[in-house]
Amino acid sequence: MADTAAPLAMGAERVDRPGLLQRIFLHNVPAKIAALPMVATVLVVFVGCVAWTIYYSFTNSKLLPTGKFVGFDQYERLFATSRWNVSVWNLIAYGSMSLVFTLVIGFILAVLIDQKIRFESAFRTIMLYPFALSFIVTGLVWQWIMNPTLGLQGTLRGLGWTGFTFDWIANPRMVLFALLIAGLWHGTGFCMVLMLAGLRGVDEEVWKAARIDGIPTWRTYVSIVIPMMRGVLVTAVVIIGSGIVRLYDLVVALTNGGPGISSEVPAKYVFNYMFSGGNIGQGLAGATMMLLTVLIIMIPWAYLEFGGKGRRT
Amino acid sequence: MSMTATIPAGTPMAAGANEPRGQRPKPFFTPKKIMLYTVLVFFSLYYLFPLYVMLTTSLKTMPEIRFGNIFALPTAPSFDAWFKAWSSACTGLTCNGLAPGFWNSVKITIPSTIVSIFIAAVNGYALVNWRFKGSEIFFSILIFGSFIPYQVMLYPLVMITRELGIFGSLQAVILIHTIFGMPILTLLFRNYFASLPQELFKAARVDGAGFWRIFFEIMLPMSLPIFVVALILQITGIWNDFLFGVVFAGNVNYPMTVQLNNIVNSAQGTPEYNVNMAATVLTGLVPLTVYFVSGKWFVRGVAAGAVKG
Repeated sequence: MADTAAPLAMGAERVDRPGLLQRIFLHNVPAKIAALPMVATVLVVFVGCVAWTIYYSFTNSKLLPTGKFVGFDQYERLFATSRWNVSVWNLIAYGSMSLVFTLVIGFILAVLIDQKIRFESAFRTIMLYPFALSFIVTGLVWQWIMNPTLGLQGTLRGLGWTGFTFDWIANPRMVLFALLIAGLWHGTGFCMVLMLAGLRGVDEEVWKAARIDGIPTWRTYVSIVIPMMRGVLVTAVVIIGSGIVRLYDLVVALTNGGPGISSEVPAKYVFNYMFSGGNIGQGLAGATMMLLTVLIIMIPWAYLEFGGKGRRT
Repeated sequence: MSMTATIPAGTPMAAGANEPRGQRPKPFFTPKKIMLYTVLVFFSLYYLFPLYVMLTTSLKTMPEIRFGNIFALPTAPSFDAWFKAWSSACTGLTCNGLAPGFWNSVKITIPSTIVSIFIAAVNGYALVNWRFKGSEIFFSILIFGSFIPYQVMLYPLVMITRELGIFGSLQAVILIHTIFGMPILTLLFRNYFASLPQELFKAARVDGAGFWRIFFEIMLPMSLPIFVVALILQITGIWNDFLFGVVFAGNVNYPMTVQLNNIVNSAQGTPEYNVNMAATVLTGLVPLTVYFVSGKWFVRGVAAGAVKG
């Protein structure tokens, strides 16, 4: 990179052969001072706090994190707790549906928007505005819409469609779909924006060539355009995926984990054990499991970004 | 709901003159077009319905809600529910409405936005123009860190803020927002500064300007666009936060989102849906205003986070 030349050259002209300590502490001082918040954040929060959490998840900490080392006890208890298992299962079920639907709907909307339509910016504005709202607002609006007596179900029954049922929010078997409707409302617009950027990054020549070869449009999308959008797709998966693992506010606002424990999620389990359950070890073990999940999502991405293919700067 | 028919009617407003792709200024009523717009309008209804319900419900009276239906427009729109939501709705503990939450959110959002953007701008500048050994490694960890669930770092951060004596105060929330805003903002500024012509920086170096002088006199004046993007990102992001507010702010400093959730989900007695929806609208008003006023900039901010350098 050419721009490193300037500071390096400066260092070389000042001291002939700087020793290691000098290089670390005396060279380029203002930049290091300026970067102090970043360095501190990385070391204290992203390395220190994470390591702390992992370490203390192996202790029997109850009200205070002072416990002694107990190996995998917390994890064994974690997976013996039905509430945690329900949470994990919910996350897997909700997460896979949410990921697939967000990507598919986001892509379809982007393709539709990309057809040189009229009122493109109006449609875009309408699709993206939910993303500007908080999960709390999202959850509360949908809670009201799905209110069994006065919401959509009550209204349509009142209008004469007596068999209409839309009580997902109060139905343990369907509550995840209620969550899904609200989650998709919030996030698909964002995915559409990403996909649209990807679609518009595809060279016009590709489309011309495909047209000349007589390849049908849908085929061009599936076999040529989507593979070319790999970068955007992977990014979308990572961002949406890590957002799903974090899912918390929406559940709190929409169902608060109910009915019963049927819409609990790991983030909520962790939060409750840390701050009101008085069992920190459990909370930390749950948090470590969440970290593990994110790592599993991110490893393929990191591989694509930094391994193999060389980076795209 | 047949908006398909109304769209061709508005033809003179020729939108989408953006890019000329392909060649077919052909007839308008092809079956393909009709299907296209039908699907788009159908999705638009899904996105707009909650906004419509939120607004109409907040303008109705309770009897009207109980005996009417959710689609209906309010017969006699009144802002009573809005006033009640603002100043006297109950949260289970107190009955001061959303107003205290609003002001807490203001007190949290303004300093957090300023501090986090300033720090990230300096970081980005140092990362591009003043690289030092290890700076790229720190940056990579920072970006990876942004994907770690907050729950993983939450408890140690509570302990740290407690040690610092700021747990349960506005300073704690501001600190936390600055920390967790850093990855995305630093990325934003780093990419922006990297896109500026390096000759400017070098010329200033040759003329003897130092780190801060170049930053304030050359870089800052050129980076207004990215500041706008960062501003939008942070204002909406911090305003919408729930988790950090509930953990770090302490009862008296709860931001608006936390107050809202308390009003709707933990209030006793018969729920007043019009007040609930008015409170919800009020809480969404700030980010929505930012969104509609900023238009394209919001999209830029959202996309900038995803398109890595």
